[in-house]
Amino acid sequence: MMMTTVVLAGVGGQGTILAGDVLAKVAVAEGMDVKLSEVHGMAQRGGSVETFVRFGQTVFSPVVDPGMADHLIAFEMTEAARTLTYLRPGGTLVVNRRTVDSLPVLIGDMPAPEGLEEALVGEGAIFLDAEALACEAGSPRSANIVLMGAASYALPFEVPTWERVISDRVPPKTVEANLRAFHLGRDACAEGVCSL
Amino acid sequence: MSGNEAVARGAWEAGASVGVGYPGTPSTEVLENLVKYEGVHCEWAPNEKVAAEVAGGASLGGVRALVTMKHVGLNVAADVLYTQSYTGVTGGLVYLVADDPGMHSSQNEQDTRNHGVGARVPVLEPSDSQEALEYTRAAFEISERFDVPVIVRLTTRISHGKGLVTAGSRTEVATRPYERDARKYVMMPGNARVRLRDVAARDEALAAYGSTAEVNRAEERSQSLGVITSGIAYQYVREALPEASVLKLGLTVPLPAQLILDFASRVERVAVVEELDRHLTMRVRALGIDVEEVDLPRRGELSPRIVAEAFGAPPLSRRELVDGLPPRPPLLCPGCPHRGLFYALGKVRAVVTGDIGCYTLGTLPPLNGMDSCVCMGASIGMAHGMDLAGSVERPVVAVIGDSTFAHSGLTGLLHMAYARSEGTVIVLDNRTTAMTGHQGNPVNGVFIDGSDAPAIDLDAVCLALGAGSVRTVDPHDLDATLNVLREETAADHLSVIVSKAPCALLIKDHHDPYAVDEELCTKCGSCVRLGCPAISRDENGRAVIDTATCVGCGQCVQVCRYDAIVGVGPSCDLGGGR
Ligand code: SF4
Ligand code: SF4
Repeated sequence: MMMTTVVLAGVGGQGTILAGDVLAKVAVAEGMDVKLSEVHGMAQRGGSVETFVRFGQTVFSPVVDPGMADHLIAFEMTEAARTLTYLRPGGTLVVNRRTVDSLPVLIGDMPAPEGLEEALVGEGAIFLDAEALACEAGSPRSANIVLMGAASYALPFEVPTWERVISDRVPPKTVEANLRAFHLGRDACAEGVCSL
Repeated sequence: MSGNEAVARGAWEAGASVGVGYPGTPSTEVLENLVKYEGVHCEWAPNEKVAAEVAGGASLGGVRALVTMKHVGLNVAADVLYTQSYTGVTGGLVYLVADDPGMHSSQNEQDTRNHGVGARVPVLEPSDSQEALEYTRAAFEISERFDVPVIVRLTTRISHGKGLVTAGSRTEVATRPYERDARKYVMMPGNARVRLRDVAARDEALAAYGSTAEVNRAEERSQSLGVITSGIAYQYVREALPEASVLKLGLTVPLPAQLILDFASRVERVAVVEELDRHLTMRVRALGIDVEEVDLPRRGELSPRIVAEAFGAPPLSRRELVDGLPPRPPLLCPGCPHRGLFYALGKVRAVVTGDIGCYTLGTLPPLNGMDSCVCMGASIGMAHGMDLAGSVERPVVAVIGDSTFAHSGLTGLLHMAYARSEGTVIVLDNRTTAMTGHQGNPVNGVFIDGSDAPAIDLDAVCLALGAGSVRTVDPHDLDATLNVLREETAADHLSVIVSKAPCALLIKDHHDPYAVDEELCTKCGSCVRLGCPAISRDENGRAVIDTATCVGCGQCVQVCRYDAIVGVGPSCDLGGGR
């Protein structure tokens, strides 16, 4: 079987690490070799976060080079633009329609980037309002799981596997809300709502 | 499992009964996971040297001990390690050292294999989580068999990368009886010279062992190219050069010379692929092998692509979407107590010698709060030295975190007192070791398993070390902090100021968020200059507070001269960004 590479990109605190962990565990549950790589430390203090998940028969490198990712799931539009370089031609791009300004923008040292959404549309991005869907699911903090739901639409795994792993991985009190969040994300893609 | 989790598992399986270390990214989670296993006593030590001594003592007492640290921490512990190499061990003694190529969260890049060569101790380099477990077990065996401490060297991608692991069960090892042997354990020159002969013999035995050990293996594929590699680089080689024969070295110090010579004789060309220093390359060349020159970077991380291109693969096309994207550096959290202190330091125009911890982030704009940062504990000595230089008119102030102060700040303060300094040292006591993930330390009185521990009395300790005054301030109270700063930087005695307020991430019940009253905001920008991630400006230049991010620390309320920042009560605004 071919190897699949997924890059998750976001901002420290957005839950990319949990999302990557869920994805990796789903792949393990479906019998694949999996490697996951993330760098934490300073990134947790609101810096950029990149998580690489690779699965297939045998996975060697845990890190990914530009042009190698099959799927890029971005939790924020600036990070989508920053990490687009990882995506191979024809790869899928799922983007949360949202920006989180970095400090240089907040304090007015640099302008906020313009026209990100249009540029990403030009790259074939599939958009989602993950926070809104998460709120609808009853847990504003589960935007990461909404995005995994959307991504699941493009990934070769069974829905029950996702449900099982999510239930195991999130805090017990939030299982129901997270499962709803997953399905809202997935349905949005199924119905074509999440594309423009 | 991550590589760090796997090392913890491996140490437990090997029957280790003591684990000790100092937190440092990317090594921290090893001890945090080891403490969860039954039968292992774990501790955070105030610094790596103490940790190495504790582990050494446990080994002398006949049990297996693991000591953990990051690469820069090994410099602190090196004094211990280099002599432990002479004394050898009783129970197995393993150093887990995590290097950080690419400096994801470190102040320098450093290749721990060099310490292995310097100290003449074996270095094992796992290439994934499974090997992290197996090599840790092997390290304890090697340690006891060859009477030597052993380094297991990880790098960030091994420490934090996750892969599938087949775990085993614990082997209970009997405590080796302690027998007094001063000639082995008291390293006076006379004894040391004798031991050095044993060390030389051990080097040879280890090299011979390395040539047959399972951790070193030749994978025969095409004979036209043979690659010698170790650690994470092995994975990149396998992905980038699937046809090449590979000599995968798990034990790189000492060098398994015979194995390498045999491998080299079977292939037409020999190349070495390694991350960081050209450590293997030079040592393989010293065996007389004609190692091909490969254009690999000597700093930062490698990747499959970098390896492939070094061997002639054409570059992949890559997309760039937008030029000039704003960078996203890490920053002090909303409500971080350090922000208030740096704000006050800016007001007194202090020259700030800094240290290692979350507060290092205060260096960034808009706070621009630090003038130097070298290594753990350096802030205090640096401040004193700057005073000696006598060239700065502004007050010189050292800042140091609570855990860092315990790590290596105490001796610096002791020296300032001894040298009759009239300087100012600020201990940023946020009740935890925040940067590495909120570990306990001797100042906050939390033990590694979360239980209560005796907390040192900072005031009493600083006074006993010779400080002329110790004053505690709440850094969220900007005026009070500023007043104390002014008084103590002007005072003609050695001053310690304890800036005390818990890390924002430790607080479960935050205050209600604040908001900006549009009518009252004059767009002066004072609050924006605090650098709180919750505060930005709208398109008209007015300040806005993201109520979803604000934790209600109240610092911005105090810097607004127009009373435009007001409480809004509990909020469930979705907010955040645009
Ligand atoms: S983790 Fe704590 S100490 Fe570190 S920046 Fe955040 S609030 Fe400040
Ligand atoms: S917006 Fe003001 S009150 Fe809220 S966290 Fe930031 S500085 Fe504190």
